[in-house]
Amino acid sequence: MARNTPEIPNASMADIAFLLLTFFLVTTTMPNDKGLSMQLPPPPEAQPPEDVKIQERNLFKIQVNSSDALLVEGEPMADVDGLKDMIKKFILNNGQDPNSSDSPEKAIVSFKTDRGTTHKRFVEILDIIQASYYDIYAEQAGVTNEEFRKIASDLNNPDNKRIYDKGREGIPMGISIAEPTKIGN
Amino acid sequence: MSKFRKKTKVKQDIPTSSMPDVVFMLLFFFMVTTELRKTAVDVMQRIPQATQLRKLQRKSLVTNLYIGEPKKSEQFGTEPKIQAEDVFIEANDIILWVNREKDKLPENEREQLTVALKVDAEAKRGIIADVETQLRKANARKILYSTLQKSDKR
Repeated sequence: MARNTPEIPNASMADIAFLLLTFFLVTTTMPNDKGLSMQLPPPPEAQPPEDVKIQERNLFKIQVNSSDALLVEGEPMADVDGLKDMIKKFILNNGQDPNSSDSPEKAIVSFKTDRGTTHKRFVEILDIIQASYYDIYAEQAGVTNEEFRKIASDLNNPDNKRIYDKGREGIPMGISIAEPTKIGN
Repeated sequence: MSKFRKKTKVKQDIPTSSMPDVVFMLLFFFMVTTELRKTAVDVMQRIPQATQLRKLQRKSLVTNLYIGEPKKSEQFGTEPKIQAEDVFIEANDIILWVNREKDKLPENEREQLTVALKVDAEAKRGIIADVETQLRKANARKILYSTLQKSDKR
């Protein structure tokens, strides 16, 4: 009885599995669902036409022209290394320096580009602005920047919501992205 | 001489009996971590890098818009184009497209639609600003600039 036990030939199993593997490698992609999250302002018509006066001191101006050159508060800036600290200092000024912001609530970082600015440069600067805000939030909530962004992605959990609210208390994310100028392109 | 001959008799086959198991493990790994290609992207996608990434909460609420130079430049030119699903669209068509995407979602979740902008690093701000203006008009105001994680520490 034991002499001819029925067996499935499994020598080709590896080949079959390799074929399947190759098929999946070719037809699928790695999902990339990460990026810089933004909330756009309401549509142009819906906005009240009233002139909102923002004091000069509460505005931190960042401009990038069509050749990707950077202008921060009217001064040309060659590299972006010090920009994050400048923004953080501006937001957390609380009226100490008369040329800087009154309070974090009023502080607005204005980012203006040209139509000819590359997306790469835009992302680089936006990343720095968001990094300054997330750094401040994280410090206020007592977590690291990375943890805070993870928490902000899952607000259904009440614990996360509490930490998130603590971090953002009194400091709205005041990033204004202006309509690009029309010099390049 | 006989010493050498003895050595050649050593069996040197690589055992292959566990090969299917190894390959199946690889297969399952790829099946779990990847997803099927839904659209063939016809624009260049050199995605820029950033540090402050946020992960999207729910994939069902996300819809993609690809912007960049067409890959077939002799056919479509070198000006950056907008691609939604499988076709190139103009900025003016975006409102229509957003409404179609919203119709696919259940009614209570339509306002949470997030548009992931997958923009080529060399694309200009001009076309992206046009897209953003249309998205504002279409009331799809949650957007995400798709980026990769920057690996070096700043």
